Amino acid sequence: MATVVATNETLLVVGGGISGMTAALEAAETGKDVVLVEKGPALGGRVSRLYKYFPKLCHPTCGLEINLRRLKASKRIRVLTLAEVRKVSGAPGNYAVTVSVAPRYVNENCTACGACGDAVSTEIPNPFNYGLNNMKAAYLPFSMAYPQRYVIDPSIIATGEAEKAKAACQYNAIDLDMKEEVLTFNAGAIIWATGWKPYDAAKIQPYGYDRFANVITSVEFERLADPRGPTGGRVIRPSDGKEAKNVAFIQCAGSRDRNHLTHCSRICCMASLKQTTYVRERCGDDAKSTIYYIDIRAIDRFEDFYQKVQADPTVRFVKSKVASITEDQKTGDVILHGVDTEGYHRYDARHDLCVLAIGMEPSVDVRAIADVSVDVSGFIEASIPDGGMFGAGCASNALDVNRSVQSATASAMRAIQVINRVARAEG
Amino acid sequence: MSEVKLGTYICRGCGIGDRLDTAALSVVAQKEGKAQLVREHDFLCSADGVATIRQSLEGGEVNQVVIAACSRRSKTEAFNFENVTVARANLREQVIWTQPDTPEARELTQEMAADYIRMACAEVKKMHVPAASANAGTNKRVLVVGGGVSGMTSALEAAKAGYEVLLVEKTGALGGWTAKLYKRIPFREPYADPVETPVHELIAAIGKEPRIKVFLNSTTTRTSGSPGQFSVDITAESGNTMTENVGAIVMASGFSLYDANKLPHLGYGKSPDVVDQAGLEALALKAAADGARIRRPSDGREVKNVVFVQCAGQRDASGEHLTYCSGYCCNASIKQAMYFKDANRDIDTNIIYTDLRTPGNGEDFYRSAQKKGVSFTKGRVKAVESAGGSLTVRFHDLILNDERATVTGVDLVVLATGQIPNSGMNIELKAEPEKADDGHGPSVEVPVPVPPKAASVLNLTYRQGPDLPQLKYGFTDSHFICFPYETRRSGIYATGPVRRPMDLVQAVEDATGAALKAIQAVENASLGRALHPRSGDLSFPSFRREGCTQCKRCTVECPFGAIDEDEQRYPVFNEGRCRRCGTCMGACPVRVISFENYSVDTVGAQIKAVDVPDEFSEKPRLLLLACENDAYPALDMAGMNRLQSSAFVRTIPVRCLGSVNTIWITDALNSGYDGVMLMGCKHGDDYQCHFVKGSELADYRMSKIDDTLKGLNLEPERVRTYEVAITDIARVPQLINDYAEKIKEIGMNPFKGF
Repeated sequence: MATVVATNETLLVVGGGISGMTAALEAAETGKDVVLVEKGPALGGRVSRLYKYFPKLCHPTCGLEINLRRLKASKRIRVLTLAEVRKVSGAPGNYAVTVSVAPRYVNENCTACGACGDAVSTEIPNPFNYGLNNMKAAYLPFSMAYPQRYVIDPSIIATGEAEKAKAACQYNAIDLDMKEEVLTFNAGAIIWATGWKPYDAAKIQPYGYDRFANVITSVEFERLADPRGPTGGRVIRPSDGKEAKNVAFIQCAGSRDRNHLTHCSRICCMASLKQTTYVRERCGDDAKSTIYYIDIRAIDRFEDFYQKVQADPTVRFVKSKVASITEDQKTGDVILHGVDTEGYHRYDARHDLCVLAIGMEPSVDVRAIADVSVDVSGFIEASIPDGGMFGAGCASNALDVNRSVQSATASAMRAIQVINRVARAEG
Repeated sequence: MSEVKLGTYICRGCGIGDRLDTAALSVVAQKEGKAQLVREHDFLCSADGVATIRQSLEGGEVNQVVIAACSRRSKTEAFNFENVTVARANLREQVIWTQPDTPEARELTQEMAADYIRMACAEVKKMHVPAASANAGTNKRVLVVGGGVSGMTSALEAAKAGYEVLLVEKTGALGGWTAKLYKRIPFREPYADPVETPVHELIAAIGKEPRIKVFLNSTTTRTSGSPGQFSVDITAESGNTMTENVGAIVMASGFSLYDANKLPHLGYGKSPDVVDQAGLEALALKAAADGARIRRPSDGREVKNVVFVQCAGQRDASGEHLTYCSGYCCNASIKQAMYFKDANRDIDTNIIYTDLRTPGNGEDFYRSAQKKGVSFTKGRVKAVESAGGSLTVRFHDLILNDERATVTGVDLVVLATGQIPNSGMNIELKAEPEKADDGHGPSVEVPVPVPPKAASVLNLTYRQGPDLPQLKYGFTDSHFICFPYETRRSGIYATGPVRRPMDLVQAVEDATGAALKAIQAVENASLGRALHPRSGDLSFPSFRREGCTQCKRCTVECPFGAIDEDEQRYPVFNEGRCRRCGTCMGACPVRVISFENYSVDTVGAQIKAVDVPDEFSEKPRLLLLACENDAYPALDMAGMNRLQSSAFVRTIPVRCLGSVNTIWITDALNSGYDGVMLMGCKHGDDYQCHFVKGSELADYRMSKIDDTLKGLNLEPERVRTYEVAITDIARVPQLINDYAEKIKEIGMNPFKGF
């Protein structure tokens, strides 16, 4: 039975993506005790699934490595994975928190030697790759997973497969009798860093994400381009595995749209500009990227990156909200229909692959768990005076990584104020 | 520590025991590694295994530990023993997992493992447990420079957390630019209308906050010291100077508007009815004070037709004006258009833009403006002309592709000009380079700051210049996407638009985060602990004065400006400013700089510990010095993916490639290694080095090592530097294998056995 030692001077951070990790680390490095709760089996969140960052085109796992090293060096952070906050009651400086921890079926003995993965043959869709490929049902979530510990997927529990995994483990690390645990503990302040999820692309019916194999989302495209991804970094079409050279990017897919998300998701313009460089990187002068956009929102220094991409002759910009997509059933090509508003030209443009620059929405409605207020888009609203719960990162707004980390650092400050107030009162 | 008692613990788990003869390794540890105690364990990271180690530590049998098991990146917490030096021999990820599991491969795999045990034993004997510097500063006050919204926010947030704050403002009042605004862009729902600015509220809160002391009409005229012990001269307009001690500094010196006089083609300076956004705010404030509508400056007539020109002098590819986007101006013009529409729906308001940039909920604000009847035209304004008592705006209409579009009869034109950071002096502008001539190897160019027009904000007494280094376009931003508060001057955090163009909402978030970093800096400084990215590290550099030749190389090359010089040109290390990267150690030609647990000796001893077979063995030895932040994890992950690489390589992780001292290279080659590889992070404009310049400096130093190689009659290919990213999991083994091939071609090092 896991126990958590926490007091009213402990900070609870919910969400182990870059915002939650940042909030936890910044607070811990200021001398505060933190419990970091992550729903998935490993820390890292959505950015660990990005191939590169804009505009530097550097790799998110580089920062993750530093953050993990900070975490391993800090004795003040207690990490709970496969854990979800169920209920929060109480008041600022004195919250009672209920957390459920799902069974991992693998205990702390695990050395990540990989024997259980070798023993098991059942495969399941790989969530790290948005289900674009399969993985073994006994798995390490990804190569930089923290904790560095395997997971037995619940789908093979009570099957011979689970027994095979258990038999393969020399370290008594597999415990098939693990049950969900419920923990309760105190916290003085809470940071909700529950992150974002891609808008459900199937809801944008005219784009046929649910009907056409070669219409994918920007987050999926990111996995295709990543050498650690399901295709080993080859940008290929899901329909036939052919290399995609002529790629369309549709901006505001689900964003800035009264029928979908009304807000602008901020990151998608820069993400598509970045993704044109992936096409270029693979196909050279044969690459053809077309960005269908309303406004290119390359704010502040990002403008440099926009200008760099504009200078690439393989990238074309069409000012247009694409009306619909059809599929050429013979070739699997996608045909985009719409009007280029610069001069009002109608087009029916053929592409190998279409990437929807999908919008960002909050991944969790925290109101179901705790007394927070959210705006019309579902983002946690700016803190109220004397409050004790704070949104951070994309739980609080549509933000890029840099701004998410700023937001998380600011939320750590607000939480520390509450905790220091408690500490002063308790003398 | 009096007597060294080394314990070596060899794990047999994860296949190590099957693949290696651990009994033979134990003999190596005992005989060659001089370990007093050697234990094998089937499962060393288990509670039982760790307890075994703890028992021998607590029983005093052992006071230094070698863990021969998995990578230092695995089971880090399990093998973390307080006040004990620990070295890890990476037998799993980088030995058995990189070698084929075949009988033929066994011999070479075993040799590899034996070498890693020799190396770890040699390393740990040269390590000492770091004791925090005795020079730790314990002042916990925060100095905030700049009294605009960013500065006021940082001050209040730090005070709310219980810290004393000094707030220095150049002018006679707090408030900055925001005090000159009529209203602000809404920052929470309903995102429909302009709302009151936070200025009065913030000023009132500061007035009520006993922890904040405000200095108006004052500037910081001298700043010295380090986190926890800065000394700052605060000089008032009257000339009175007070010296104050603080623990950390937040620089919130704000921005200036781009000078609209540089835009005569847009009519500024030619017609009084062409204003910038600040000019429009002034008109709006005056109108509000008069209880009247906004009037034209030229004749006082009510404005009936106003045009907003976006990106005025911004996003300018010609390079004549600002090339960047200031990010806030689209929303600001929308807000200003509402000043008119909210007063009188009949006023024509037209915003001419190329891309309307209203991210996040700005989109709601944009929609609200559309509802209010504000017109938006996608176009590029070419000229604003004044004739017959009104203005004509000529623009290229991008929708109709009409290059001669016009708006006529315009009463007022508002130019959305951008933000220029008030970042002080550009310390990296180079004047005549001063040569550091130390008589030891190549000379380095010393950048000498030249004073540009701007006056310094902080007036740092640092050897490397009086202000924060700038990133681009004068902004003092962090270069790192994951770490926006990374600063190259420890304990000093820039915030607000001096850092990056930003709006009020972001400035408040940014300033709150900067306040956190400031209080974090003082807390760590008081404990003698390093700041990010080696947070908590207690080691710090010291130097042997007798050996120092005062060459200045360490003071020049420190990426963080942590080292000053005394009157005799000896280095003065400011531990609080040091980030423990070791660049100074790598720079030192006479090798007098070291950390307790990381030194020329800790690495040098590992290099020497490797068994170098003779020339006829056909077993070359390749030394790989790998950056521990990116290259080393990539090597580990290659092993996790069972990607095979040459069994001849011996890898040593380094804090940063900048810490690599060329003596390691020449020693390795002199003692018979056949080649040396260095793997570090990308350098250049988009550098990925966490210590800014480490990999670049290493590259430079290695480019200069050619002469040394020639002197030794060795081929230049015997030393190679590579830029490696953490994602190069498949590439790193390939690089190793290619290099092993190359060395085979060149042949063995003739120095073997000498």
